[in-house]
Amino acid sequence: MKEEFNIISNLIEENTRVLDVGCGNGDLMKFLQENKTKDIRGLEISKEKVQNCLSKGLTVIEGNAESDLKQFPKSSFDYVILSQTLQAFLNPELVINELLKVGKKVIVTIPNFGYWRVRLQLLFKGTMPVTENLPHEWYNTPNLHMCTIKDFYNFCSTKNIKIYKSIALKKSRISEINKSNLNYKNLDSHLGIFLIES
Amino acid sequence: MNKNIDTKKIIISNPLKLDCGKEINNFPIAYETYGELNSEKSNAILVFHALTGDQYVSGKNPITNKDGWWSYVVGENKPIDTNKFFVICANVMGGCMGSYGPSTINESTGKQIGTDFPIITINDMVNAQYELIKYLEIEKLFAVVGGSMGGMQVLQFVANFPDKAKLAIPIACTSSHSAQNIAFNELGRQAIMADSKWENGFYSNYKLNPDKGLAVARMAAHITYLSEKGLQEKFGRKLQDRDSLRYGFEADFQIESYLRYQGSVFVDRFDANSYLYITRAMDYFDLSKQYKGNLSDAFKKTKTKFFVISFTSDWLYPTSENREIVIALNSIGADVGFIEIESDKGHDSFLLDVPSFLKTLGDYINSTYKIINERRI
Repeated sequence: MKEEFNIISNLIEENTRVLDVGCGNGDLMKFLQENKTKDIRGLEISKEKVQNCLSKGLTVIEGNAESDLKQFPKSSFDYVILSQTLQAFLNPELVINELLKVGKKVIVTIPNFGYWRVRLQLLFKGTMPVTENLPHEWYNTPNLHMCTIKDFYNFCSTKNIKIYKSIALKKSRISEINKSNLNYKNLDSHLGIFLIES
Repeated sequence: MNKNIDTKKIIISNPLKLDCGKEINNFPIAYETYGELNSEKSNAILVFHALTGDQYVSGKNPITNKDGWWSYVVGENKPIDTNKFFVICANVMGGCMGSYGPSTINESTGKQIGTDFPIITINDMVNAQYELIKYLEIEKLFAVVGGSMGGMQVLQFVANFPDKAKLAIPIACTSSHSAQNIAFNELGRQAIMADSKWENGFYSNYKLNPDKGLAVARMAAHITYLSEKGLQEKFGRKLQDRDSLRYGFEADFQIESYLRYQGSVFVDRFDANSYLYITRAMDYFDLSKQYKGNLSDAFKKTKTKFFVISFTSDWLYPTSENREIVIALNSIGADVGFIEIESDKGHDSFLLDVPSFLKTLGDYINSTYKIINERRI
């Protein structure tokens, strides 16, 4: 978690306006508030988590990214963050489009389904992968649309979404993703972090 | 009510132009305070009361001898902790607890003003209460808070005085009174006016009180404050002090007896004309109309932080109407948080012991107070 927060924080310029979509208990918001910018909002679907955020004095709205991002005007945030949540939406493409409208830049992080540990489980065990990063069983997972780093990379080029920066994370090792190392990073990283713009 | 209430009161001498066009001056606003104002005057919270509330937010209400109407929220070690905050609440204009209203005695006639009282609005109420804040010499409030009609006053206050509160918490309210809400209010008013003892609003001249009509108004309104599930669970078809139906029109069912009781205690503490005037003020409330149909414009000039709260089972001021406020604020990039609290207790949830509401509200107010003080805004 800590490495992901650091990477996200490094992608953000100081004193900018940030929206964290699917902000959970507000840990990333708190982290960014202490390190980068005071002007940060959150959107979260779970009442309990919204309550936890509000209790910490964080500005969070209870709502659903698929329907409630519309209320924010175009480019009203410098950065919109979607941390490890994309796979849980019914319609990830729609959400990405909404994020790109609301934010001048968007940071998306993706639990990589192409990570070798994940692939091995399906290959050898023949069961849906359960890992530290993807702890749910197939019957109770909130993840409807798992994808790989390569999937998301290809998605961006197909949809003409500019990738400013793409970073691969393995445990605490950070590296850049580019066209030539894409297959390798897709195999060897548990998390992909993308800074994109429409 | 025409009682001798020993209450804190100021007389506002500045003329106030009402929305109806009339100008008033030298009128009383009754209020109560709790806790101490700190030396920086940075810990003041103005609480706005709802339709039938009054200035007695916490502690014992000296008129009814019951707990203050927001005792779950305001008091020592409560979510709004009076060890820490200085809480102010005024009786709204049009009310019957000492502020200027239809039961105020007209000094030239020695009689109650009755329906010669001008029609007032939420805007008028808020402007009058601002005079109280000036009188208390508070430059900037830490927060303005209120539920239901209190929430409407919160919205109006920030619209009128964009730099006078750091935080605004409208709870279970709306930015414009819906047809359904106007309909229920009209039902209540017609019940009062249909009472032959109403005498066109001059009942006190004849030593009468339209208590039957007022009780019916209260009974109808009370139903709207609860939820169907809450009613069913609490009362169902349970019978009142009897084993079988009596085949008559007495209160066979517990729910009937409960509503009759609610009606009867209400008439002892509330003035029928005040009920007419205050419900009218609520009906006239349409903040977006005040800003040519664009609610966002009401908040364009403010840096106030907002926290909007609604309740799942509130069908009088449903989540959708509270969300409209959030949407209007978001669309101008205002600082707004929002939560819908899970509760079976209907609109009345904000007045009752709903632990997740009390905890969220208290934690939010306290951590925001800390954050704002640290930043010395």
